[in-house]
Amino acid sequence: MAVKRDSFSVAFTVGAYGSAFGAAAIANHFSILQACLLSLLLFSGASQFAVIGVLGAGGSAVSAIATASLLGVRNGLYALRLAPILKLRGWRKLVGAQITIDESTGVALAQRDSEDMRKGFWYTGIGVFIFWNLFTVLGAVGAKAIGNPSAWGLDAAVPAAFLGLLWPRLASKQTWAIAGAAIVLALSLVPFVAAGIPIITCALLALIVGWSDRQVVRK
Amino acid sequence: MSSQWIAVIGSSAICYAIKYAGSAIPESWLSNPRVQRINALIPIVLLTALVAVNTLSTKTKLVIDHRAAGVAVAIAALIAKAPFPVVVVGAALTSAVLYHFNY
Repeated sequence: MAVKRDSFSVAFTVGAYGSAFGAAAIANHFSILQACLLSLLLFSGASQFAVIGVLGAGGSAVSAIATASLLGVRNGLYALRLAPILKLRGWRKLVGAQITIDESTGVALAQRDSEDMRKGFWYTGIGVFIFWNLFTVLGAVGAKAIGNPSAWGLDAAVPAAFLGLLWPRLASKQTWAIAGAAIVLALSLVPFVAAGIPIITCALLALIVGWSDRQVVRK
Repeated sequence: MSSQWIAVIGSSAICYAIKYAGSAIPESWLSNPRVQRINALIPIVLLTALVAVNTLSTKTKLVIDHRAAGVAVAIAALIAKAPFPVVVVGAALTSAVLYHFNY
């Protein structure tokens, strides 16, 4: 059955990135338990990397939470899009919310009929959840065992992982332009404000450009 | 409570609430094209800023060190359409080698 196969291959490939998260969390001074709780409870790759990235750069808990939450807004919009298809009630609605992420939404919306959409959502969401958490433990325990993160290049693996999440979104000249503006704004703020603030300030760029320009993103 | 714990609990609670809220509110509230555009741009600007800050700064100082070389290799790998593990491991290896030579 195609939807099962698609779900499994997405779940395993994406889940394996969990090891990069687990290792990066340790490199940024989180404990193994904290890394695992982020994968279990937060369960959204970009937001999880944001939490460890902002605190690892010396930012405050508040700016880490704000950055992760802004990155999590899209999951709310996925839930909105999926609600009329999934039609969840009771405990299924509570569980379904947690696995509403890029991958489960992507596989669900790629199916032709609503029966396969529902299957795609659940198989992929639960599959990613299992593999992502499993690989987080492996990555975190592995990183703890090897000691100094810089000696193993883990401090470069964190921005490289962000870049991997970002790359598919840079689909047009306009998105490259706004990404360039974000680099300039963030780096020019670094010497003058507390760590973590330059990152969250870049959300203003999305607000300003998204409010005014019709051409930037077609979706 | 350490800032790590505050961040873990706070971000998990808020992000779950956002996911749940999406399935509970009427669709018309967020169908505004401005909201859609802003939502599509937020991951781009925040992830870009995270890459820049985690590569080229330490606390409140701008620095170019072994991490920049690692990220340069990651960019090259992405341009060459390499899979994610190659991108991350390539960056880590490059950075680690330069770190050992004290860059």
